[in-house]
Amino acid sequence: MSSGADMTDENPSPPSGRERLGETLKKPLSRGQVTAGVLLAVLGFAATVQVQEIGQSDVYSGQRQEDLIQLLNSLAAASQRTENEIAQLEQTRSSLRSDTDSRRAALEEAHRQADVLGILAGTLPAVGTGIVVTVEDSSGAVGTDQLLNGLEELRDAGAEAIEINDTVRVIAQTSLTDGLNGVIVDGVRLSPPYTIKAIGDSHTLAQALDFTGGFTDAIELPGIGGKVLVKELDNVEIATTRAPAPAEYAEPLQNE
Amino acid sequence: MIAGLGLLVGIILGLMLQPDVPLWLEPYLPIAVVAALDAVFGALRAFMDGIFDDKVFVVSFISNVLIAGLIVFLGDKLGVGGQLSTGVIVVLGIRIFSNVAAIRRHIFHA
Repeated sequence: MSSGADMTDENPSPPSGRERLGETLKKPLSRGQVTAGVLLAVLGFAATVQVQEIGQSDVYSGQRQEDLIQLLNSLAAASQRTENEIAQLEQTRSSLRSDTDSRRAALEEAHRQADVLGILAGTLPAVGTGIVVTVEDSSGAVGTDQLLNGLEELRDAGAEAIEINDTVRVIAQTSLTDGLNGVIVDGVRLSPPYTIKAIGDSHTLAQALDFTGGFTDAIELPGIGGKVLVKELDNVEIATTRAPAPAEYAEPLQNE
Repeated sequence: MIAGLGLLVGIILGLMLQPDVPLWLEPYLPIAVVAALDAVFGALRAFMDGIFDDKVFVVSFISNVLIAGLIVFLGDKLGVGGQLSTGVIVVLGIRIFSNVAAIRRHIFHA
């Protein structure tokens, strides 16, 4: 392209683009240069900002509206599903929790009942307010009649646990027999003086023994000549226990 | 010389300030940048041809940016924003290519 003829042709004509570029690069200031510089600065600034914006914005910025809507819908469906799952799991949890609660309540109730029944059946030691009755029998005339009478009176007055001479716990099946120089309670020979401990309302228990024709009177009859001492205490301790006797014949009636 | 310096200063400013693009400007900025690029290459070509005029450059630069933004805005309002910006980009790209080809002919004579 650049033949000799062309060169001679170009000499009088304006300089080529390359030459003009070179000249301008050497020549520092002109109005056109400054304008171009300002506009190019604006361009560079905007381009850089845009590039950084693209860099920091997430993957969704360039996507079309329909795609975004679809994405949103699928996300909504997913969150709906997850919420359903959460609700279901929460339901399961609450049902499990109420299950546990009811089981615990049942267990507590059972424990409580076991305590009550244990005291009644004499399998647990007991402590509480009550009375200590000392029966002195110098003549040996106090027997089953009088003691049984006294125990019945105590039971009537609401005694929850009864013990004789710190050795025998009186329970539902307790039997009393007259023996030589004393009484035999559940196969244990006891001799006077008898100490009867009873847990219950101490005042009521004391009243139950001390009325005309009652336990105290019966023992202090002239013919028997015993002596009764009743002490009301805040803290009567009954340590003797019984092994639970399994029922051989009786079975609980299932009425549930 | 000054022009190259200006470009450099703009890039450095953008890198250093790292401004957040306001939301309303977000759809227009990329198109505006491409339109400005087109104006710059057109000016470079005119410079090579010896017909460069700074007034023309300023006017074409600003009007290019404004028209590109307007087209995108109109497209958004009409619901064809995506397609219209693609069209603008294509047209500007073709113009940039032809301008760069002319510039290349000037510089390399090929």
